[in-house]
Amino acid sequence: MQTFDLGKEGLRALNSSLHALKGQTNMTAWEVVNPKGAHAIAAGVDAPVDITVRGSTGYYCAGMNKQATIRIKGSAGPGVAENMMSGTVIIDGNASQYAGATGRGGLLVIKGNASSRCGVSMKGIDIVVHGSIGHMSAFMAQSGNLVVLGDAGDALGDSLYEARLFVRGSVKSLGADCIEKEMRPEHLALLADLLKRGEADGQARPEEFKRYGSARKLYNFNIDNAAAY
Amino acid sequence: MSDFPHTPPRFSATFTPAVNAEIRRAAASGIYDIRGGGTKRHLPHFDDLLFLGASISRYPLEGYREKCSTDVWLGTRFAKKPIHLDIPITIAGMSFGALSGPAKEALGRGASEAGTSTTTGDGGMTEEERGHSKTLVYQYLPSRYGMNPDDLRRADAIEVVVGQGAKPGGGGMLLGQKISDRVANMRNLPKGIDQRSACRHPDWTGPDDLEIKIMELREITDWEKPIYVKVGGARPYYDTALAVKAGADVVVLDGMQGGTAATQDVFIEHVGMPILACIPQAVKALQDLGMHRKVQLIVSGGIRSGADVAKAMALGADAVAIGTAALIALGDNDPKWEEEYQKLGTTADAYDDWHEGRDPAGITTQDPELSKRFDPVLGGRRLKNYLKVMTLEAQTIARACGKNHLHNLEPEDLVSLTIEAAAMAGVPLAGTNWIPGRNGGW
Repeated sequence: MQTFDLGKEGLRALNSSLHALKGQTNMTAWEVVNPKGAHAIAAGVDAPVDITVRGSTGYYCAGMNKQATIRIKGSAGPGVAENMMSGTVIIDGNASQYAGATGRGGLLVIKGNASSRCGVSMKGIDIVVHGSIGHMSAFMAQSGNLVVLGDAGDALGDSLYEARLFVRGSVKSLGADCIEKEMRPEHLALLADLLKRGEADGQARPEEFKRYGSARKLYNFNIDNAAAY
Repeated sequence: MSDFPHTPPRFSATFTPAVNAEIRRAAASGIYDIRGGGTKRHLPHFDDLLFLGASISRYPLEGYREKCSTDVWLGTRFAKKPIHLDIPITIAGMSFGALSGPAKEALGRGASEAGTSTTTGDGGMTEEERGHSKTLVYQYLPSRYGMNPDDLRRADAIEVVVGQGAKPGGGGMLLGQKISDRVANMRNLPKGIDQRSACRHPDWTGPDDLEIKIMELREITDWEKPIYVKVGGARPYYDTALAVKAGADVVVLDGMQGGTAATQDVFIEHVGMPILACIPQAVKALQDLGMHRKVQLIVSGGIRSGADVAKAMALGADAVAIGTAALIALGDNDPKWEEEYQKLGTTADAYDDWHEGRDPAGITTQDPELSKRFDPVLGGRRLKNYLKVMTLEAQTIARACGKNHLHNLEPEDLVSLTIEAAAMAGVPLAGTNWIPGRNGGW
């Protein structure tokens, strides 16, 4: 286990060390102590390593992550795991705005609640939120899966493309072009897998969720839909 | 029947035939007019400025004998690897999607041969342009189409796009006709749907967030890459100051003459300011912060000739960017395709329906047959020639003003032909010492 004291050694030294890990490395276990809400902790990692951050993080922790498993033993600031390509990010606490924004792959698990715009513009990432999510979540979400064990705020899935949204609790309102859709067997199977990978399989059953997706009415401009644009 | 002559037909200056035609078009179609390019209205521009040249009080440099340098460094503030270009004329961001793959390749070829940079666009980085661009600037846009850390690291600089001159405050638009399999795949979108790019970044809002976002980008790229911030010509004094505060190495300022692949005509023509009005405000912001020449300023929007380059630089820019002019150099709107322009209901030099993907010149299209018409090697050579000519023209003017580097041009070298341009550019009306708004103006 490599232990890195962020308070003493600084962010640049941490990220520089993590970026130096190319391909196969035997330094696979890292621990970051004294994060004290610093921004961009473990951003841009591209190696199959396991990083545990002991405390809460600022903006963009695990930004653009590839391959790494990053565990935040606290809460995460805005834009956690933004544009993640692959790997896993697990947050024990809550996540602020834009969690998983534009993520292209990998798995983001938020064990608390997520704030507004969770999964905004997501492009392939899987996000599992054990708690609830705020307003405008999955805005313009293009692909991937968002699973919410709690409730969703206003305007869920506004201007949605092809991402799948699964919410167990209430949805305050749906955004433009987002509708409830039939839950077919393949969706139940997908959801069971996501709950398992999202460390939530003991907390909820797939049958308890509703599925939301795009009505696809805004895909090509039509003046009769002008009010929705 | 009276023998008196009839009142001749009189057209309204408000409801002109063109205005009426647009009303009829809107009534028939139910959709606003979408087009490519920049504003087409007449605006105060570089044509309204003149250089004074040398005389008894200033002496010129010998043309073709005494050196007039043209190189420029970009990104010297924080980046470990700033960019050094041979000429201060860069190629602006234009997306693969809006342009064909061969057109992007030609931009890379021409820019590289001329010793300058080219820029990606709202669609990610293609192998064509990376492979053929010695210096490639990677745009980081609200849509984040095709964005990934590998391409960030393969880039020579990163341009955070906040806005562009054709549509400050607006997002991109690529209509379904141009969403081919390859474009759809790069953008994670279904084929054939209208692609709506967001107008705001998904994970930051405001200058304080931008500062953190720039820091993240620097961390991910190990502080190697210059980071540009591009803004449309809206509030250039404050936007420039805030970009500097947020940590930009370079500010890119795009006036309303700057083009777009597709946007509402009403947006292009009615939002934003001409580049002439923008440059002095941005330069003032940099000077007030003590950052002029430390944070470099690239300006764009209606740059056509070496004279425009020299005027922009005399007003305080470090470099310029060209988009529309580069496309014309490649062969866009060439009269040799007139027959086909006519079939599309337009004419050469007026064709702007780039969003429809039927460009006879094969440049603003994803149609494989049309794209084949365009030869990227020849296009690249034409662009190189054009860039070289612009550079020679700018050097000619600079030497005439007694300057041994284009960066030594200064507002004192300029006068204005009109009161409007004098006020905007902050240079005196020709034959007077009057700068409206500054010395004895209103």
